[in-house]
Amino acid sequence: MYRETEIIKDFSTDGNGDMIINVGPQHPATHGVLHLVITLNGETIKKIEPHLGYIHRSIEKMCESLTFRQFIYVTSRMDYLSAHINNHACVLCVEQGMEVEIPPRAQVIRVLMDELTRIASHELWWGAMAMDLGAFTPFFHAFREREAINDIMEETCGARLTMNYNVPGGVVNDLHPNFQKRVKEFLELYKRKVHEYDELLTENVIFINRMKGVGVLSAADAISYGCSGPVARGSGVSCDVRKIYPYEIYDQLAFDEVLETDGDSLARYKVRVKEMNQSIKIIEQLIDNIPEGDFVAKTKNVLKLPKGEYYQRVETARGELGVYIISEGSTMPYRIKFRSPGFSNLSVLDKIARGGKIADLIAMMGTLDLVIPDIDR
Amino acid sequence: MTKEELKLNITEWSPASTFDEAGQWLNINVEANEFLPFMQQLRHSEALCFDYLFCLTCVDWKTHLTMVYHLSSTKFRHNVVVKVKLDRSKPEIETVAHIWRTAEFHEREVYEMFGVHFLNHPDLRLLILPEGWEGKNPLRKDFEDPINMIKL
Repeated sequence: MYRETEIIKDFSTDGNGDMIINVGPQHPATHGVLHLVITLNGETIKKIEPHLGYIHRSIEKMCESLTFRQFIYVTSRMDYLSAHINNHACVLCVEQGMEVEIPPRAQVIRVLMDELTRIASHELWWGAMAMDLGAFTPFFHAFREREAINDIMEETCGARLTMNYNVPGGVVNDLHPNFQKRVKEFLELYKRKVHEYDELLTENVIFINRMKGVGVLSAADAISYGCSGPVARGSGVSCDVRKIYPYEIYDQLAFDEVLETDGDSLARYKVRVKEMNQSIKIIEQLIDNIPEGDFVAKTKNVLKLPKGEYYQRVETARGELGVYIISEGSTMPYRIKFRSPGFSNLSVLDKIARGGKIADLIAMMGTLDLVIPDIDR
Repeated sequence: MTKEELKLNITEWSPASTFDEAGQWLNINVEANEFLPFMQQLRHSEALCFDYLFCLTCVDWKTHLTMVYHLSSTKFRHNVVVKVKLDRSKPEIETVAHIWRTAEFHEREVYEMFGVHFLNHPDLRLLILPEGWEGKNPLRKDFEDPINMIKL
């Protein structure tokens, strides 16, 4: 958080010719209220110090006074772009202690929604990152497809962004009758338009020049800094939770873990773009094979978890989200901890930016795909 | 390695640590004074290679604090949980920021939320809370703030 002593540091220079500037907390490229105090020498970055807390809501403390059914809804507000996947992690964690069998229909619905959420999140990242770099057109192209997903979500879940569709034991209500038709329309739209993505950015010389060799992260650093998701996979670290610690029905699905080895911004970019195609592949496998049956298992009205500890990790659009619940046998968690992917991914920013130019910082931050409410919780 | 194999391996070089196998992963209780060499061995032993610290947090048990470290190996894919009991009135523990760099940020968060002092930490300052919150630890169970109410 911002401290009064640092106001003096604003735009001041010391004897070495170093300049300290503040980026944020209200800066368009930080996509939220992230505050970076950057030490510059000329245009070269010497040090980056993130200051957090501008949107800290103390979700972990709030959850301690909410029941196991209630706290799930708060977690939609952490990483609001993968709200459904956050909820998914929480219900999986609660279900560990419930000894309940989830109906196959609910499992398939959850995974379908997960992958739609992942595509929507990557679409927004793709458009917003290009906009940060100065290209305005991709934003509109990305939102064309993203709106289609939001409409599907709205029809079935009742909300476009914070879905709150998961409940312990299944999902809150059945799929809308139009769901399959709408998803197929979206798949068709996406396939018809996806070549535009490559034409606009992936094969664009100006874009490649701005991304290649910028913000290089080695595999060893990615592991040491606890990076996960596309950030680590861009450095060649295999870390897709869906593959290495499969949950729900991911072990029965055919999809590839996308890996790039360069570790620069372009590699992280490529991982996300290719991941969208893998999500499409998963949706295609499931959309015609949604089993009939219940969409929610019968559970007790008052939910009590046996005394013990439960940990569940899932792969969100940004990386590995962990939910750690300590239960004392009551209806509310004794302590809850969210291991958010953004928090660890942000910590690596200083490492990859040192020695780079200030103009490249936007490319680095863009490809880290930071969502500030996820970092602050 | 399975839970049993991990337990055998760890007992060999650290006979003093105790185990709890109730959860999905092996839980190891370590004394605070043996903590640092223990963690170094977990990281650098070739058979264990716990190179990925994916969760670092603290729990307030009202009588004492417990530090909880979740570790996994990107090479062998096994997981382990290390727990250290701390004195609630004067919680102090060695930092692991030089072993796993991710610990630097996580420890700063635990420092301000629980008031745990990490010895030899490279930069132990408030990360999330604003100036003036030193000494107030919102995630402790006895924390009450009637103005900025965070308990529902």
